[in-house]
Amino acid sequence: MTTHQEAIEHHPDELELGHQFEDIEQQTEAYTVGMWVFLVTEIMFFGGLFAAYIVYRALYPEIWYAAHEKLDKVLGGVNTAVLLTSSFTMALAVRSAMLNRWKAQVSYLLATMAFAITFLVIKYFEYKEKFEHHLFPGPNFNFGDPGVPNDKAQMFFNLYFAMTGLHGAHVLIGVIVMIALVIRTINMRNQRQDFIPVELAGLYWHFVDIVWIFLFPLLYLIGR
Amino acid sequence: MTEPGGKTVQKNYLNADYSIKSWLFTLDHKRIGILYLLTICVFFAIGGTMAALIRLELLTPKSDFFTSDTYNKLFTLHGVILIFFFLIPSIPAFLGNFLIPLMIGARDVAFPRLNLFSWYIFTLGGLIAFGALVVGGVDTGWTFYTPYSSSFAQTAVTATVAAAFIAGFSSIFTGLNFIVTIHKMRAPGMTWYRLPLFVWAHYATSVIMVLGTPVVAITLFLVGLERVLGIGIFDPAKGGDPILFQHLFWFYSHPAVYIMILPAMGVISELITCFSHRKIFGYEFVAYSSIAIAIIGFLVWGHHLFTSGQSRFASIVFSFLTFLVAIPSAVKIFNWTATLYKGRVRFESPMLFALGFIGLFTIGGLTGLYLASLGMDIPLQDTYFVVAHFHYIMVGGAIMGFLGGLHFWWPKITGRMYPEAFGKLSALVVFIGFNLTFLPQFILGYLGMPRRYASYPEEWQVLHVLSSAGASILTVGYLITATYLIWSVFCGEKAPANPWGAKGLEWQTATPPIPDNFEHRPIVREEAYAYEENVKGAA
Ligand code: HEM
Ligand SMILES: [Cu+2]
Repeated sequence: MTTHQEAIEHHPDELELGHQFEDIEQQTEAYTVGMWVFLVTEIMFFGGLFAAYIVYRALYPEIWYAAHEKLDKVLGGVNTAVLLTSSFTMALAVRSAMLNRWKAQVSYLLATMAFAITFLVIKYFEYKEKFEHHLFPGPNFNFGDPGVPNDKAQMFFNLYFAMTGLHGAHVLIGVIVMIALVIRTINMRNQRQDFIPVELAGLYWHFVDIVWIFLFPLLYLIGR
Repeated sequence: MTEPGGKTVQKNYLNADYSIKSWLFTLDHKRIGILYLLTICVFFAIGGTMAALIRLELLTPKSDFFTSDTYNKLFTLHGVILIFFFLIPSIPAFLGNFLIPLMIGARDVAFPRLNLFSWYIFTLGGLIAFGALVVGGVDTGWTFYTPYSSSFAQTAVTATVAAAFIAGFSSIFTGLNFIVTIHKMRAPGMTWYRLPLFVWAHYATSVIMVLGTPVVAITLFLVGLERVLGIGIFDPAKGGDPILFQHLFWFYSHPAVYIMILPAMGVISELITCFSHRKIFGYEFVAYSSIAIAIIGFLVWGHHLFTSGQSRFASIVFSFLTFLVAIPSAVKIFNWTATLYKGRVRFESPMLFALGFIGLFTIGGLTGLYLASLGMDIPLQDTYFVVAHFHYIMVGGAIMGFLGGLHFWWPKITGRMYPEAFGKLSALVVFIGFNLTFLPQFILGYLGMPRRYASYPEEWQVLHVLSSAGASILTVGYLITATYLIWSVFCGEKAPANPWGAKGLEWQTATPPIPDNFEHRPIVREEAYAYEENVKGAA
């Protein structure tokens, strides 16, 4: 918080001020509150899916256990590590922005982006494998274990794809945001820059990370 | 954005630039409010036409104007359009957008671009809903209950669900914008306890929008996925649970009924104080009752599932919680009444709408208590009693509030007065037409007429004919209003800055307001509604 305050004070008035605001401080606070409220809506968005997850897991615990065995814990674990690291590089990017070190900021953003893309690539292979084994919900779904009712097992994969799919979409949006930030930073390299956009993107990115921290044990690690 | 204009013609937000482009790309919250007003009026007209067709069909016991399929599509789109595309955005997106920055002494909302974007996606959602109508309509009812909506309906459910989904984002962004604006953009001296109650009501509404809408969005999204990809989260044939859909749907949609009514309550608080020329009785109570409604509103959704097969225990808990939510609503009614008492009451047309609101909302709320009692709800569930209940609140309450607010701030918004005599006439006709339409429906429901049927036994015809006659009167009332309001835009008398002698920052700026709202940032030095009481007691 102190760096935040200091950084505001270091900023001269030449920063862009929206017509609706009185001063930079008000603008900064408004953007920050706005981001937090947005994250609350995001929590509620995922909340509906988590509620569905809880209901069905309580209804069919054994099937849930059987179904989760088909997920690849190693790939999931690697992805968790990748995402956590990306959160770290993102935090460094925010810090570089506050200190107005644009080169460092760009490289940390690029690193974060690289991790995000790695995450998506790994997810792609996971999805592909599920497809090939008829574990994608729909008419061709076939769990392949006579002891487990097909339709109930499908429910697990319904939720698996819905939740990780929505999360993946958020990762993708994060990548797009980071591209925009990199371009912006390079374009404005000779000016003092407003660090708020990076800071807000950072908040978003940590949120995406946290959602995964919940998804990973709930989907991959049931019963451990 | 503009220099304070020369002495000749004062620049205001309307005449600052006349081009279409300046409207379609405007970032001015006042103009965006007007854009919303125009769009929702179109939706209101279309949804209203469908209501008229429904009442036409119900004139006779047989289904002779439409097939039952067509009838199902009529009431579904009637509900979808009027709820998602009229009632939910009506007061917040139009009056809220226009007034909140003015009332708190800000130049604009916190995120003007997001605000404009909200209007675009709202309109897009509306167009998709119409598209669905053209492609073949929807027959699921506005609640989209699964598994019918997800697996069986042969109609344009996917498109309609997508339309509601998209419009939901407009609602989320509007709520987000209001919360940040109210937190961070208040003028010096505008403390929380000096905020107009209209702003408090919108704050509570925004909280519901932000917390509830994402849940219904994801739920509708899953219904869409079930239709498109054939997954089955809510489909019992695939191991899914349709009751889960109902829980998730009502988790939003019960609070959503408060999105429709809380802003209207905010309007009524403004009107009652202004026209009784008195500080509102128990300001804090009225303010906090809005917050209480928002919070408790999230705990009562299960009263829509009494007959769905949820556990008996859950039903009892939800029934009890539902009774609780009536308390903050009653607090408001009592405080308004206490304000009127000993006030110097003037019966201008906005006030007539406000009084109408109080009467109709009270009836709607009390019948809600009937429905919340488990024993009563079993026979009344899905009858016309429920239909009458929610129309009393949503049409009687929310639309009365909307019309009252529209008349009250009309001079500020357009710079013109409307003909007061016609305003009173309209309030009267709407009130009579409304009661004639919906009172008989309570009786019909009590007698056992189920909702959503195109035909019924002959002995109920008299009541249905009365109801249809009332609907015609109601329509006439709306048409009168539309006519003289449109007339007044072009030919009305020029309005003074503060025609009602009201308090509040919005009345202290030019009429219509200048693009930047205020010449100088206002500084607030008094409480809200600081009307001088007891001065010139004889007046
Ligand atoms: C404040 C504004 C209110 C609005 C806008 C409103 C609106 C509605 C709507 C739209 C429905 C029907 C939903 C459907 O099935 O399509 C409904 C049903 C119901 N309302 Fe309200 N309501 C309000 C207040 C209340 C209150 C204060 C109570 C109780 C204290 C209440 C209790 C109920 C119950 C129990 C039902 C379910 C009836 C049934 O389907 O059997 N409502 N309300
Ligand atoms: Cu309800």
